[in-house]
Parts: sequence; C-alpha cells; structure tokens
Amino acid sequence: MTIDQTDQEAPHPMHAEDVDVEAAAELRAARWRRRMVTLGWVATAVVVLTVIWRFGGTDVSFDTDATADPDAKFDWGFFFALIPDFLEALWVTVQATIAGFAVAIVLGLFLALGRRSDHRALRWPFSFFIEFVRSTPLLIQLYFLFYALPTISWLPESVRVLDPLPALIIGLGIHYATYCSEAYRAGIDSVPKGQWEASTAMNLPRRTTWGRVILPQAIPNVLPALGNYLVAGFKDAPLGSSIQVTGVLFFAKTISSRTFRPVETYTLVGIGFLAVSIPAAFLIRRLERRIAYERT
Amino acid sequence: MNDFFLNSTQYERLWDGTLVTLQVLALSFMLGIVLSVGFGVARLSERVAVRAAALVYVEVARGISSIVLLFWMAFALPILLGFDQPSRLLMGSVALGLNMGGYGAEIVRGAIQSVPKGQTEASIALNLTPTQRIRHIVLPQAMPVILPPMGNLTIEILKGTALVSLIGLSDLTFEVSKLRVNRTISDDPVSIPILFLNALIIYFVLAQIIALLFRLAERRVNAGFEQRSGRTAVELSAPTAGVTG
Repeated sequence: MTIDQTDQEAPHPMHAEDVDVEAAAELRAARWRRRMVTLGWVATAVVVLTVIWRFGGTDVSFDTDATADPDAKFDWGFFFALIPDFLEALWVTVQATIAGFAVAIVLGLFLALGRRSDHRALRWPFSFFIEFVRSTPLLIQLYFLFYALPTISWLPESVRVLDPLPALIIGLGIHYATYCSEAYRAGIDSVPKGQWEASTAMNLPRRTTWGRVILPQAIPNVLPALGNYLVAGFKDAPLGSSIQVTGVLFFAKTISSRTFRPVETYTLVGIGFLAVSIPAAFLIRRLERRIAYERT
Repeated sequence: MNDFFLNSTQYERLWDGTLVTLQVLALSFMLGIVLSVGFGVARLSERVAVRAAALVYVEVARGISSIVLLFWMAFALPILLGFDQPSRLLMGSVALGLNMGGYGAEIVRGAIQSVPKGQTEASIALNLTPTQRIRHIVLPQAMPVILPPMGNLTIEILKGTALVSLIGLSDLTFEVSKLRVNRTISDDPVSIPILFLNALIIYFVLAQIIALLFRLAERRVNAGFEQRSGRTAVELSAPTAGVTG
C-alpha cells in the first residue's frame, strides 16, 4: 500500500455503518486471499527445494556408448549422440541454480534487513559478512563447504557432512544472497523517505511498516537485478563439478576422459550453455522494460 | 590462538600461488580493458556491420560462463587449431579477458552514452577526426562513469582467476588444494578450515586493494574535472541522474 491521502475518501454519512461492515468483510477476505497466496508460494518453494535437495542429481550415469571417428577433427555424429546425456547433466545444473537462487533471495532479504538494523552491533557483522563473501571466489567457498566443514568436529554430523548437490546449493545460495542483499538495499533506498515518515506519523508498528509499506514498493524495483543474478548463478553453477556435482562440466570431464574427445564434448557444453543463458538474459531484459513501463 | 596461522613453508607456497594469481589477473585485465574500450566504442559505431559484430561478441562473452569458456579454450581449442602445447597461463588469461571484455564493453557503452551529445556535435563542428573525438573528448568525460563499475568488474575477474586452478595452473587456489590433499603425508598436518580461511582472507585483501586503487583513480579523475572546467563529474553525468530521480 502506498500511503496517499486521496485514497481515503469519507463514506457517505447515511450508510456509513453498512459500508463499514461490508468494507471490513471485504478487507478480511482480501487479507485471507493474500495470506493463502503467500502460503501457496512458500509451500511450493519448500517442496521444490526439498525434492531437489533429496533426489536431485543422483542417478545420473552418462552411459552413452557413442564413439567418434578417430580421423575426424570434429565428428558431428558423435556430437549429436552426446546430446541426451548432456541434457541430463544440464538438468542437474539447472536444479542447482534454481534451488540455490531460492536460498539466495530469502537469505539475501535477511542480510539486507540485518545491514539496515538500528543496532551497530548487528549492522557491522552483517556488512562485513556481505563484503567478505562478495569479494572472495565461490570456488574456495565451495571447497570450504565440501572439504573443510566435515573436519570441524564440534558441529553435528547432519550439518557438517554435505552431499555434493546440497553443498553446491548452499554455496551458490550464500554467495548470491550477498549480491541479492545489495540489490534489496538499493530497492529499499529507492522508496521515498516520505513513506517512512508517513508510517511513523500513522504509528504503524515496525513489522507493518516493512511488510505492508516499504517492501511492497521496493521489491518491484529489485526484480530485474534479481533476474540478472539468476542468470549469473546459472553461469557459476558448473563450478559444482569441482565438488563432484554431476552437472555439465562433470559430464564433459567424464565423457572426454572416457572417449578422448574433448573437442566435441566441451563445444557441446559451450553451445548448450549459450542456448539457455542468452534467451534467459533476453527474457529478463524484457521483464525489466515491462516493469519500468508499468511504473511510469 | 596460534591455531589460526599456517607455518612459514606453507605461507611460502601460498605466496607463490598469489604471484601466479596476480599474473593471471594482470594479463586478463589488460586484455579485458582493450576489448572493453574497443567493443564499447564499436557498439555505437555508425556502420551496421561493426555494431552487429560487437553485439554478437558482447552477447556471447556475457552469455557463456567463464568456467565453460576457460575449459573450452584449454581443452578443445588447441586441438581444433592444432596447437601442440599452448601455454596454460596464456589460455587462462585470454579466456578470462574475453569474458571481462563482454561486460566491460557494456559499461563503456553506457558511459559514452551518458556524455552529453553536444560534446560529440561540438567535436564534429571543430573538425576533429572520429579517433580524436573518442580519445580526447568523449572517453575522458566518460571516465567518472566507467571507473566504479569497472572496479567491481575487476574484483569479479580476481575471483574468476581461482578457476584457472582447475586447468592446472598453480595459482593460489591450486596451492591451497594441493596443501589440503597432501596434508596426510606432511609432518605438520594443517587444519583444513584454517587453510581455506587463510586463502579467503588473501583474496579478500587483494579485492580491497583493487577497490582502493579504483577509488584513488576516481578521485584523480574527478579532481581533474574540477580544476579544468569548474564543473564536477557529478554535474557532467547529471542527465542520467535526472532520469532515475
């Protein structure tokens, strides 16, 4: 809700009570609907995340028996024969991206709110964490999650020993959460100051101010930036091959060391990657323009 | 809290790795800057063919993941071209530089577009050649807009250099992984979390240094504007600020 005085028209004095009752019922219904929709989204996200976490990327075997013509420099027949296995690997990479991004957008919001906290003792560690994670390589962060965490003996085993795919999801999630938090911060800063002042003047509780006034106005501004990070996360997801996630680069490594044909396998990975990421970037640019259009 | 540090031989290894990391960073940065300016200017060329070629480069360089490009250049390209033993250092730096150029070209293009059109028109009226126009009139005024995002991009490339460890270059990440694998046979087994934390801190410090250098460069560029014309860089880039505000 944007706080705007012209919205608040006085009801006609004769039917004031009827209108009030009706309006209150409508308001309750609308609130109920909103809650159901939110609940629906959260439930879907949790289910998707759990399924990917539990079952994603497991029985991927890359069992193609295609062989290349040893005399050919680039064997197109072999190239096309690899596509089914490549798609399997691509699906694992996409799963990791989606799940990691789901972690990132939620965690990112918390980081952004933490960084804007009124308490310096809270603000400072959040800022440092965001800055630190943002300026260090994802690869070492993944190594840390996959190789270092299991050796920290005082942590419970269910937390420290991670399978490859969950480790990649957490790594991508945390890394991109710090990027998302900066986007959220810019979005929150773009909400006019008058909205804060009006909320204070109306004596709205903090939770309502954030949940009903500030964030609903900030988030549409943030969407294009978040979309860009989704594509960027997809480009970083193949890093999972360094911690044994059976994604696109794991596929390329497996096949090229089995068949000694790196040219076709890596070219397939490159082309397949562009075939996903360029249309995705295009869609996001269209979304960006549409949001900009709707807001003017 | 002596547990937080590694021993001196281990630090020597990390130092050697850091030098390789910096080498890759320097090479890919130089290539990236040249490509950024070249293709950023080409994106605004009057000729359709030049514009189209620049657009294709930018879309491919930004669309492909830097790690996929790196692996393709390291393992597929040499066979396709019939190279025998290409330098891994060169291949890695070129891959990262190509990747950086795609993003950098968009930064340069946006910055050039933020320079008031009258500047270009005045240069044409003064009969400057297109090269003179870009070199002496447009780019210097675009600098205050280019520098901040270029600094962020350079930090991204620093992070990207960690990937060259996967094609066998002995950079900082490679040395750390090697220490991790060899820890069982060493006399002084290192704690793995501490090992990786040390590496992360080195990358963090390098990133802070890059950010600092870019802030200094920014200050110099802005100071130059104030001396010469009495107008600040902020005023010069005001048209973009007006749109968002």
